[in-house]
Amino acid sequence: MALVKSEELPVRLEQDVVVARQAVRRLAVELKFSLVDQTKMVTAASELARNTVVYGGGGTMRCEVLIDGGKSGLRMTFEDQGPGIPDMTLAMKDGWTSGSGLGMGLSGAKRLVNDFDIVSEVGKGTRVTITRWK
Amino acid sequence: MLHALIMRVHTAIQLIQSRVSLAKSSARVTREQTCRKSRIAEILKAHQDDLAAEWVKNLQATGTGKDSRISESQLREQTKEFLVLLSEAAAAGGDVHSQAWNATVDFLEDVSRSRVQQGFTSEETARFIFSFKQPLFARLRAELAKDHEAFAEETWAATELLDKMGLITIAAFQKTREDLINRQQQEMLELSTPVVKMWDGILALPMIGTLDSARTQIVMESLLQRIVDTGAELAIIDITGVPTVDTLVAQHLLKTVTAIRLMGADCIISGVRPQIAQTIVHLGVDLQGVTTKANLADALSLALKKLGFAVTRTKAAN
Ligand SMILES: Nc1ncnc2c1ncn2[C@@H]1O[C@H](COP(=O)(O)OP(=O)(O)OP(=O)(O)O)[C@@H](O)[C@H]1O
Ligand SMILES: [Mg+2]
Repeated sequence: MALVKSEELPVRLEQDVVVARQAVRRLAVELKFSLVDQTKMVTAASELARNTVVYGGGGTMRCEVLIDGGKSGLRMTFEDQGPGIPDMTLAMKDGWTSGSGLGMGLSGAKRLVNDFDIVSEVGKGTRVTITRWK
Repeated sequence: MLHALIMRVHTAIQLIQSRVSLAKSSARVTREQTCRKSRIAEILKAHQDDLAAEWVKNLQATGTGKDSRISESQLREQTKEFLVLLSEAAAAGGDVHSQAWNATVDFLEDVSRSRVQQGFTSEETARFIFSFKQPLFARLRAELAKDHEAFAEETWAATELLDKMGLITIAAFQKTREDLINRQQQEMLELSTPVVKMWDGILALPMIGTLDSARTQIVMESLLQRIVDTGAELAIIDITGVPTVDTLVAQHLLKTVTAIRLMGADCIISGVRPQIAQTIVHLGVDLQGVTTKANLADALSLALKKLGFAVTRTKAAN
């Protein structure tokens, strides 16, 4: 698997979520993702970026373009040094929120992509990695 | 440029601090310093015209003078007026925050504001003050050639003074820009809430752009208000112009729909393109029986039908 391109953006404020979405859309278009796949990836990124801002207290988003065999893919990593998630099973459950959301962000993002990986440690932070292949 | 300036001010502050401690440790130095009155004011006054001419020349060399956004006569006027104010204030002495400096500070702030309106950058704006350093220092050197210590003292005082003036210019520039952005944001908020009457009893709200919380709140309130005012029975929320529908947008939409229903009216969401529909399904958001349509035309046609209207064509198209 080869890494073709890598960019990192700050995700600290509500406005950064908009910028993050635009970056993902641009890369998805560059990779010639279908309109549906573009929309799915942008929406997943929007969910995770907002969680980074709202719950993680801000962090970063890294976008990577990958080539594996004949396939190309877009991988995104959202990382924060926030409070972490104490109960992962609960957080991944449809409809569960500790705030005032719909509680569909994490589980929904997982359904929108091919690979989903989340690592979180209480008091240390959270890292979510998603990949969508073409 | 700004960064370099901040660093310079920083070093200036450190220098002042070390001077203060030096002064404290040596009574002789303290006495000497209090005896000498700054000669900047008198030099400014005596050479106003020459200084103004050299300053304008400098401004022109750095590009500001050749700029079509500002005329040479304007530049001459501004430099001259500033020099008059500066020499008066310097003669009165005191800190730049004191009364005597008010007119000078006001003038600089005015200049900054006009630069913003003319579309200058902060760097170009700050150059107004900083390009005065060279002529002033040259003049100090000429006047105080024989007294090295006085020359060093006055140069330092002049640097401090012009740095402060520069900071005032930049602060005013920044403030004006911020005010401008705030105003534009407010204007956008208003612009983005055009509730349109489509038919008797049918309102439409075309949403465009990012639905952040502040905007959605205003949009929602204005729609609900219009429903009350007009007694509309049906509202169409069109999201054709909304690029991404994530859980937050969905939540805002659901809240709005619930409120509309509580008021006894009905709601259709239009502009739900195929890719958006698929994404919403995968996201797992339940739109709770909200009627959705791919485009505004379909939504209007459904709305008319619901209210008992029929659209017929009386003549064939040619
Ligand atoms: N980066 C993070 N740091 C700490 N906690 C998080 C983080 N991301 C998610 N969580 C926790 O997981 C819960 C579920 O997240 P999820 O995105 O699924 O729902 P939500 O953000 O509450 O609502 P929605 O995304 O539907 O608007 C959150 O309420 C929060 O408690
Ligand atoms: Mg969320």
